[in-house]
Amino acid sequence: MTATETATDTADWTSDEIMTVVAARALAGSATCFVGIGLPSEAANLARAVHEPNLVLIYESGTIGTKPSVLPLSIGDGELADTADSVVSVPEIFAYWLQGGRCDVGFLSAAQVDRFANINTTVVSRGAGKPEIRLPGAGGAPEIAAHANKTLIIVRHSKRVFVDKLDFVTTVGFGSGPDDRKKFGLHTGGPQKVITDLGVLEPDPETCELTLVAVHPGITVDQVLDATGWPLKVGDKFQVTKPPTEEELSSLRELHARTKKAHLGDT
Amino acid sequence: MIVTLERAIADNVHDGDIVALEGFTHLIPFAAGHEIIRQKHRNLTLVRMTPDVIYDQMIGMGVASKLVFSWGGNPGVGSLHRFRDAVENNWPSVLDIDEHSHAGMAARYTAGASSLPFAILRGYRGSDLPKRTETIAEVECPFTGEQLAAVPAINPDVTIIHAQRADRGGNVQMWGILGVQKEAVMAAKRVIITVEEVVDSLAPVAGAVVLPTWILSAVAVVPGGAHPSYASGYSSRDNAFYSAWDEISRDRDTFQEWMKENVLEGATV
Repeated sequence: MTATETATDTADWTSDEIMTVVAARALAGSATCFVGIGLPSEAANLARAVHEPNLVLIYESGTIGTKPSVLPLSIGDGELADTADSVVSVPEIFAYWLQGGRCDVGFLSAAQVDRFANINTTVVSRGAGKPEIRLPGAGGAPEIAAHANKTLIIVRHSKRVFVDKLDFVTTVGFGSGPDDRKKFGLHTGGPQKVITDLGVLEPDPETCELTLVAVHPGITVDQVLDATGWPLKVGDKFQVTKPPTEEELSSLRELHARTKKAHLGDT
Repeated sequence: MIVTLERAIADNVHDGDIVALEGFTHLIPFAAGHEIIRQKHRNLTLVRMTPDVIYDQMIGMGVASKLVFSWGGNPGVGSLHRFRDAVENNWPSVLDIDEHSHAGMAARYTAGASSLPFAILRGYRGSDLPKRTETIAEVECPFTGEQLAAVPAINPDVTIIHAQRADRGGNVQMWGILGVQKEAVMAAKRVIITVEEVVDSLAPVAGAVVLPTWILSAVAVVPGGAHPSYASGYSSRDNAFYSAWDEISRDRDTFQEWMKENVLEGATV
């Protein structure tokens, strides 16, 4: 099968769908993924359905090797425990499994991202003299980004999110450049891809600054630059994303349909 | 040992106490939190990794002066509006915060349970959290010289959790996602547990933890006491309620009306 044989047309999918499809592809070849709730969870479950049936999903509620048939609304839905290989305590999941180096990929989302893939999920400024907008806070993200062998970030692209300077550094990506992770005592790879509804960003191998390496079909480079709060550089190996296959799209839509039905059934 | 919920809270929770209601999405002790609201406690330091809707309700009803936490959102839905209103606008009163990551909170409870003054973890370096949170420091490993983060133990005056069942002697059994409850219980001076039911004997269940009666202060039988959270084997998470809470809690008046009708005057939800 080649992608073109089963490829779909831009009119066939939404910007959120291609974001999730591309993010799921990024997990091909991975063995274990520590998954954040929301967009990362959706992509990780699509990856398990289409690319890596043996992908071990780990959620911070302590569920290891969980195989949900529907997307969990929260990180600790019963479905995650009922379908897990093992359920361990929260201190154990963070100390032994994450800090202990058992996770290939950490999969996160963000409220704000900067050019070195640092993440803010704590507070956003409303301007001088006004109270800050309070966000949920760190959760598991700082240690996921610190201890997973590598990190993927999935987030919708806008100037509000991709900012020149974070209002607060909750979770360290590359700090202020290529030497910082080492300086902070971190020996893992850090962020490898930022997947958005417009394209894909990857850190430059030398400078660690995020560069645009792909746009999704129908998206222009200018659109991405306009939605980014710093002068985003375009990488050397820039390309256009392969459109979703029929299998990717139908798997994703079935997942959503099952989820919707299950959550309505809870009432 | 097995008493009413009203009695368990009245005997063990006092104004100004450090109180932890734990339960990681699963087994959140909602009914006990509602009883604390009805007993009009004030100036509590509330401790919880994920404040969730129960602390949104308690904060909005003015029981707390401080919150110790690591993730304050409505999981899968969005903001906790009462928590935000307290932090951003001091409504209904000023709420001090002591903010950590999940790994930091888990380590703090573990130190508390172990009767150690602090815990260490490899974390927080490069983050802005240590600039705002006084309870994060750096220590050097005396063996390797590595710089590590130190966080102080949490030892609640009272920890409250919900579990599946107890026997008639007040030994408690819980299973499924157990979060940080064992550590929160072992770290506390006093412990209250609400359970779905009392049984003659605790038949073994895969992955279950038993907390013996002699480390507990009170056990109260409250079927459905975790709702809208859930108790594996007894109920499912009421995801529709978590979604509905977004609208109920957004506006101060709507929130107060709902609390009056469903918690202050009505049966516990």
